[in-house]
Amino acid sequence: MIAAVPMAHGLILAGCLFAIGLIGVLVRRDIIFVLASIEIMLNASGLAFVVAGSRWGQPDGQIMFIFILTMAATEVSVGLALALQLHGRLRTLDIDAASKMRG
Amino acid sequence: MEAVFYISGAIAVLSTIGVITRLNAVHALLYLVVSLIAVALVFYSLGAPFVAALEVIIYAGAIIVLFVFVIMLLNLGPQGSREERQWLSLKTWVGPAVLGVILIAELVYTFGLQPSHPAGVSVVEPQQVSIALFGPYVLGVEMASLLLLAGLVGAYHLGQRDDFRRPAQPEAEESKTGTRSDYLAHEGRALSSSTEKGAGSEIGPARLKGDEQ
Repeated sequence: MIAAVPMAHGLILAGCLFAIGLIGVLVRRDIIFVLASIEIMLNASGLAFVVAGSRWGQPDGQIMFIFILTMAATEVSVGLALALQLHGRLRTLDIDAASKMRG
Repeated sequence: MEAVFYISGAIAVLSTIGVITRLNAVHALLYLVVSLIAVALVFYSLGAPFVAALEVIIYAGAIIVLFVFVIMLLNLGPQGSREERQWLSLKTWVGPAVLGVILIAELVYTFGLQPSHPAGVSVVEPQQVSIALFGPYVLGVEMASLLLLAGLVGAYHLGQRDDFRRPAQPEAEESKTGTRSDYLAHEGRALSSSTEKGAGSEIGPARLKGDEQ
């Protein structure tokens, strides 16, 4: 039913998505965009796991993706709470504004 | 099914480029939804239907809804994209973009050297995934539950507005004296009302009057 795709193509797709997410983290200064780019990177690494799992026909890659999904959900909830705190205290979403630690 | 993989992969890459180049956060989130659904189609074409469903439900559902809630709470409006345009000068773009493109080229070259193993020959059913998840990986499930608990507590703690803002900050001092004076004014009003109404009409004024004596 399912035609075979070369595994390298799936890994190339995952690598492209990861690199685009990395560019987003490096370029953007808005904390919302930085969090979205981190989501893209986590999703791309999960894609690499699923591609590898489907190459061997084993469920392990999908299980790793489920764990990555759990971690991404936790990370984004804490990160968005931090974004709300940043906006509440400094009235901006610029991550460079929060470059000083105090106390 | 091969065509599904390649088309949805191209859509995923293009819409992800759209995510990191938009100025408006809501537009970027729409592109992110498209990208995640395209990746879900990639999963489906690779014979992983369970993970494709999870991708749509959790990523494109729950996580994007969190983002949308936060954007609505922040209420950015047009000045947000104006600030973004200021921040995104060519100088900030060029370096990371060139490095990232070099990284992509290296990845494509490296994976292109591999002999081509077919992926997605067989479908891995949700049943197999669940048996493995609650069999050899059950410790990971427990650790994921701990991680979710920690995330819950952390998000609850960080989401509190001005609870831990009070100590050791000048404006916090101001707000504290402000509330103190408010309280004093309220007390004075209560006292005057108690003298008007007479003692013992309410519990609060009676207590305040007793304190005064």
